[in-house]
Amino acid sequence: MNRFAELLDRLVLTPSRNGKLTLLRDYFRSVEDPDRGLALAAITGDLTIAAVKPAMLRALVMERMDPVLFGYSYDYVGDLAETVSLVWPQSPADIANHEPTLAEVVAKLQAASRSDGPKVLARLLDSASISARFAIIKLVTGGLRIGVSARLAKQALADLGKVDVAEIEELWHGLTPPYAELFAWLEGKAEKPKKTALALFRPVMLSNPIGDGDLEKLDPADYAAEWKWDGIRVQAVSEGGVRRLYSRTGDDVSGAFPDLAEAMDFSATLDGELLVGDPLQATGTFSDLQQRLNRKSVTPKIQQQYPAFMRCYDVLQIGDEDLRTLPFSERRGRLQSFVQTLDPSRFDLSPLIEFTDWQALEELRRKPLHPVIEGVMLKRWDSPYLTGRPKGPWFKWKRDPHTIDAVLMYAQRGHGKRSSFYSDYTFGVWSGPEGSEELVPVGKAYFGFTDEELRQVDKYVRDNTVERFGPVRSVRADRRQGLVLEVAFEGLNRSTRHKSGVAMRFPRISRLRWDKPAAEADRIETLQALLDT
Amino acid sequence: MRASDLLHPRPEGLYCPPGDFFIDPVRPVNRALITHGHSDHARSGHRSVLATQQTLDIMGLRYGEGFAGTTQAAALGEAIALNGVSVTFHPAGHVLGSAQIEVVHQGSCIVASGDYKRQRDATCEPFEPVKCDVFITEATFGLPVFRHPPDTEEIARLLKSTAQFPERAHLVGAYALGKAQRVMRLLRDAGHDSPIYIHGALARLSDYYQSQGIELGTLEPATVESSGRQDFAGAIVVGPPSAFADRWARRFPDPISCFASGWMRIRQRAKQGGVELPLIISDHADWDELTATIKETGAEEIWVTHGREEALVRWCELEGIAARPLHLVGYEDEGD
Repeated sequence: MNRFAELLDRLVLTPSRNGKLTLLRDYFRSVEDPDRGLALAAITGDLTIAAVKPAMLRALVMERMDPVLFGYSYDYVGDLAETVSLVWPQSPADIANHEPTLAEVVAKLQAASRSDGPKVLARLLDSASISARFAIIKLVTGGLRIGVSARLAKQALADLGKVDVAEIEELWHGLTPPYAELFAWLEGKAEKPKKTALALFRPVMLSNPIGDGDLEKLDPADYAAEWKWDGIRVQAVSEGGVRRLYSRTGDDVSGAFPDLAEAMDFSATLDGELLVGDPLQATGTFSDLQQRLNRKSVTPKIQQQYPAFMRCYDVLQIGDEDLRTLPFSERRGRLQSFVQTLDPSRFDLSPLIEFTDWQALEELRRKPLHPVIEGVMLKRWDSPYLTGRPKGPWFKWKRDPHTIDAVLMYAQRGHGKRSSFYSDYTFGVWSGPEGSEELVPVGKAYFGFTDEELRQVDKYVRDNTVERFGPVRSVRADRRQGLVLEVAFEGLNRSTRHKSGVAMRFPRISRLRWDKPAAEADRIETLQALLDT
Repeated sequence: MRASDLLHPRPEGLYCPPGDFFIDPVRPVNRALITHGHSDHARSGHRSVLATQQTLDIMGLRYGEGFAGTTQAAALGEAIALNGVSVTFHPAGHVLGSAQIEVVHQGSCIVASGDYKRQRDATCEPFEPVKCDVFITEATFGLPVFRHPPDTEEIARLLKSTAQFPERAHLVGAYALGKAQRVMRLLRDAGHDSPIYIHGALARLSDYYQSQGIELGTLEPATVESSGRQDFAGAIVVGPPSAFADRWARRFPDPISCFASGWMRIRQRAKQGGVELPLIISDHADWDELTATIKETGAEEIWVTHGREEALVRWCELEGIAARPLHLVGYEDEGD
């Protein structure tokens, strides 16, 4: 349990992706089965344990210590799980005994009934060290919140076994905790686990962005072009009565889209874009689609208001026939006739774009026929369906980003290489009536500039600090003085969480406008106008 | 004699009227008794100073030789009479030279402990419990949430991290007096024998520790001139915490910021400070040490000072020990 607790403690404070991968890989390498597999399941969200409510936890600790002292402690720490892990009284006799392993903790928690759950939990806390107590409480209260996605954990497994992460994604949904056969394979001690489960994920094929000068080297006749829709890339797999909708990283998102799953009455694997609206009438925006995301359950009302459908790009399998080795041109033909057999309110075909030369396509890319298009895709007619992001067969050619001029308001120190630099910038635009304009924050960006520019902004932040809050500095920003940042972003969503009412997608600093007076930065109305298109 | 007639707070610090002296005064006074060398307890400009030889030496290093009119060294365990009041210095286990001061007059005995800890520390004499009527305790970590793990475990985590991330430098923030040397000594005791790089602010005090027979091994200045940039990969660099948020830290390749402090027990403190590897190493007593020490002294009355007085006073109440906060001003937690 201590090793798992230590892993959690380190992951939560390690900002860099590579740092997290090293910590995970070392853990999986040094810890034995079944502990490591259970840790993996806890991180990927595949571990089921009966939950204990925070109120119950509080009641348990109150039985054991003075409520006044607990009150002082909780006020100071601010986090219930952490406070309880620290103040939990422990007798030396308990520690001297055996420290429970993760497997023992999980087994005891899983075997506990609803009524004796609190008692089981209390006994476990008695026998554990402080950080192990924290880890146990996190397990039972749900949500580790350590900043590690399932995808990252799978990448660490891939690094451990020196295999492609796609291989792990493909196997994943057929495996169950504690994944002993997976680890055995990754360590070269056993054969690769056989795929036995139905409707497994097949790793998706990704594209590379078109770079400068790329097009000149390509022959338009070799490529098909199609719109790049601004939804969520998904894979619909239906096999032997099992229906699954996967995200492009292999997360099962079927639960959020029962309406679409219901229409998957076929035996095939389709690749496409998840969108909302009616494919025959109107395609909803990404903001509309967001109404359907990150929900544990979806009400009938939401399903009716924002019906989900899939715009199909490709087909990987029909019945028992794996089509992935066929060229795109042939798969496209198969897809076309297959989609005709499906419910037209739930599935349609992503149309191809007719073009003769790059110039003509460029015109279309600049003025797409629909606001839910974010660019065009180029696919070689002869390309098989490969996993990962091979260079050459598929390209994405995105619409140019939007830009606005905003004013730097707050700067936060970065991490790792940037820990002595103010490198994360919160910026705002003007709002309010003329004469009493105020800056309202609209986003935060931490890349898009060179190292030299970072040094310049860092100096500017240090020289123009108004206030400091821990690692954050508030920077002078008013009508007369302020640093204007040109911010590029891919789109805007409505947001109730932000004061400005908007949230940017993929914001980054595109230029430092040292030359531009702060008063001439953009106003919030400019952004609001973008929302309404 | 009532205890509060023997010692009571004044704006300058804790004052003893019959002996006419102050303990750890925050303003210049005629006669000062000083528990240890941290700058909030040991200030310059007093007419005369009585402290352990090591504390006097440390004050000399920090403030220069003319830091006081006259100085007198107190030997540990030997009573000194000051206007008929008997004072004895006893080790406090906080930093090198640190002492508690036992004040006895007309059958009344008060121990002013200054800052102290109970965990073993190879860089200073261990705390010695002294039986007394009134025990004046610090309360820097006076909340039940503060429970310091064994320092060897913390150092083991640091060394494990240097093995996991050999391409990065580990920057350990540690206060210049006491903590820094303790961390270095712990590293040596754990078998880390490559040079430790130090910030300039640590040099003189670390040299002094070595001159007092506390082996710290090879220490090298963490300057770019003395070693090429790449050389810091895999190195452990110790410096004052303030230096790591500063431009000074830019000379290190992709550093992992570590901070050795009792405050690192609280995750949010580590997170807010941008600390990637918190090391819970403290020179102050944790909650369990505070409560155990209070019982050991056998004192009937506890005066609680600098820190979270309320929780410790509450604990004393629950235990049936008289306790009250002693409102002294001017002490920060420089030592942690």
